[in-house]
Amino acid sequence: MIQNNPIGRLIAHIVLIVGIMIVAFPIYYAFIASTQSLQDIMRPPLSLLPGGHFWENYTTALFGGIGRIGGVSVGRLLINSTIMALAIAVGKIIISILSAYAIVFFRFPGRMVFFWLIFITLMLPVEVRILPTYKVMVDLGLIDTYTGLTVPLMASATATLLFRQFFMTIPGELVEAARVDGAGPWRFFKDILLPLSKTNIAALFVILFIYGWTQYLWPLLMTNRNDMTTIVIGLRKMISFADADTEWHLVMVTCILAILPPVLVVVLMQRWFVRGLVETEK
Amino acid sequence: MASVELTNVRKVYAGAVEAVKGVDIAIKDGALCVLVGPSGCGKSTLLRMIAGLESITDGTVKIDNKVVNDLGPAERDIAMVFQNYALYPHMKVYDNMAYGLRNRGMPKDQIDKRVREAAATLELTHLLERRPRELSGGQRQRVAMGRAIVRNPKVFLFDEPLSNLDAKLRGQMRVEIKNLQRQLGVTSVYVTHDQLEAMTLADILVVMNAGAVEQIGAPLDIYEKPASTFVASFIGAPPMNLIPITADESGLILKDGTRIGAQGITVSDKDAIIGFRPEDLEVATGTESHIGGLLLDLKVLGVEPVGAESYVYGIIGGERVVVRVAGRSVSQPDDHLRVIIPKEKLHLFGGNGKRI
Repeated sequence: MIQNNPIGRLIAHIVLIVGIMIVAFPIYYAFIASTQSLQDIMRPPLSLLPGGHFWENYTTALFGGIGRIGGVSVGRLLINSTIMALAIAVGKIIISILSAYAIVFFRFPGRMVFFWLIFITLMLPVEVRILPTYKVMVDLGLIDTYTGLTVPLMASATATLLFRQFFMTIPGELVEAARVDGAGPWRFFKDILLPLSKTNIAALFVILFIYGWTQYLWPLLMTNRNDMTTIVIGLRKMISFADADTEWHLVMVTCILAILPPVLVVVLMQRWFVRGLVETEK
Repeated sequence: MASVELTNVRKVYAGAVEAVKGVDIAIKDGALCVLVGPSGCGKSTLLRMIAGLESITDGTVKIDNKVVNDLGPAERDIAMVFQNYALYPHMKVYDNMAYGLRNRGMPKDQIDKRVREAAATLELTHLLERRPRELSGGQRQRVAMGRAIVRNPKVFLFDEPLSNLDAKLRGQMRVEIKNLQRQLGVTSVYVTHDQLEAMTLADILVVMNAGAVEQIGAPLDIYEKPASTFVASFIGAPPMNLIPITADESGLILKDGTRIGAQGITVSDKDAIIGFRPEDLEVATGTESHIGGLLLDLKVLGVEPVGAESYVYGIIGGERVVVRVAGRSVSQPDDHLRVIIPKEKLHLFGGNGKRI
C-alpha cells in the first residue's frame, strides 16, 4: 500500500507522529524529571529540557540505597529482576521445547492425555492458582529465594503449544533422513530441531523476558526481604501516598532504569530473529 | 554391496488395512530393482519396510543374507533418497553430506576425503559451501544422491526421487542415476509411478497393484508378455488396447455382436479379453491372401500427430482403442479402416484378467 497522493501521505504522517508522541512523551517526561532535583520537580511547571542532576540522581539510585525501599539500592533490584526474567524465559523455553519434542515426535502411552493436561493449564494463569502455589512455596521454605520467584512461573502451555505447532510443520521425510543418517533422538534434537527452532526461540525469549520482567503479584507475595524484591515492586514501594514523602526524582530514575533492560532485549533480539527469519527455510 | 531378499513380507496397519500382502522379491547383488504401480499400491510402504522406517508385520527382509527385520534404519547400512530430498535446510551442502558419517564417528580427514570424492562424482564441488535453499531442484536432487553415496552403503533406496523435477531434467537425471548405479555397482531399489522411468531404469521390474505383486521380470519381458490386463494397461504408453470378447464354436464375437474372422486363433474361455499394443496394428490393403491374425473394423474418431508418429484414436467393437502410426496419418474422423492384428502380436487374457 504505497500511495503517491501527497495529502494521503501527509495525513498518514500526522497520525504516526501523533501516535508516537502519545507513546513517547511520558517516557521523555520521566527522563527529564529523573535529571532534576526534588525541589525542581515539586515546583511546577517542569522544564522540558534535562536538568543538571543526572549523575547525582543516577548514582544515588543505583548504588546509594533508598530509604523507602529499606535501604536497598536500585542496582540490587535490577539484578533481582534480571535474574527472575532470565530464569523464567530460559526455563520456560527449555521445558516447553522438550515437552513439545516429546509430544510431537514420540509415541508413548498417555501422549494425548499429557498434551491435554498441558493444554488445560492455559486456563489456569498464575493469578487463579496463586494461593495453593503460595502455600506450597511456604511449605518448601522457598519464600525470599530465586527458586520461589521463578519456578512456579516456568511451566508454560503457550510456549509448548507454539513449539508443537512448529514441530508439526517439519516434514516427516526430514526426520526419516536423520534416522537413516544414524541420528538418535538426542542428536536429532540437538543437530536439526534446535537450529531450525532458532527463530521461534528468539521470538519467545523476547516475549517471555518481558513477561518475567513485568511480574507484579507473584514477587509481591513471594518476597518479604527488601533485598530480594524486584524493581517493579521497589518502584511501587517508593511512592508514598503522602506526596511530600516521595523522592520523585529517584522514582523517575527507577522508572527509566526499569524500562531499559526490556527495551535492550527487544532491540537486540529483534535484529537476531529477523536474520533468523531470512535464513531458515523448511 | 549385497543381495536383498523379501520373503512373504506383509504390512497390516492398525484397523486391519492390509497395505502389503505377502510379497516375495529377490534382488541380486548390484541389480537395480524398480517397484512400479499406481498410487496406493503399497510400493512406498514396501520400500520403507526395507529401509526400516516402517515395521514389518510378517515375513522377513534379508540384506546381504542377514535378516534385518529388527534393526533400525541406521544399522541396516542403507542410504535413501527421498521424494522431497529431505536435505537439512540449515546445513551447508558439505555438512548435509557429512552428517551421516559424523554420526558414525568417522575421523574428520576421512569424512573430508569421502565428501570431496562424492562431490566430484556428482559435479557438486563448487556448491559445497551453499545451503539447500540456494540450489535449484536438480542440484538439490544431486545433493540428496551425494548424501547417499558418501555413506558407501550396501543398498540404495530411492523413493520417487525424480517426481519433483521438470520433464527435461527428469530425463537427464534418469540417465545419470542409471550410470551412477552401474558405476558404483550398488544394489538398488527404486520406487516410481512412472512406467517410462520404470522401463528405462530397471534391471528387474516389479509391477504392484493393491498391495500385491502382479508381475516380476525384465522390463522388456514384461512389456512383451504382461501377466495380466492390469500390467498390460500399466506398462507402455499409450497403454495396450484391451477388447472384451466372447467365444463360441464358430469364432469370436465382439461386445457389439460383430463376428470377427480369426484365422488360427482359438480361445478356450467363453469370456476373454484380447489385447494388442498400439504399434502392432497393420492396416489391411485388401490384397492379402492370408491374414494370419484378427481382421477388425476400426472407426476413426480423431488423429493426434506428435511429429515422428501419429496416434489414431478409434473404436473397435464399441471399445476405444489407440493406434500408433509412423509418420503422418492420412486418416480422417469417421473413416473406416480394416486393420489386422497379427497372431504373434496378439495377447489373450481370460475373464479374470490373467494371461492365457
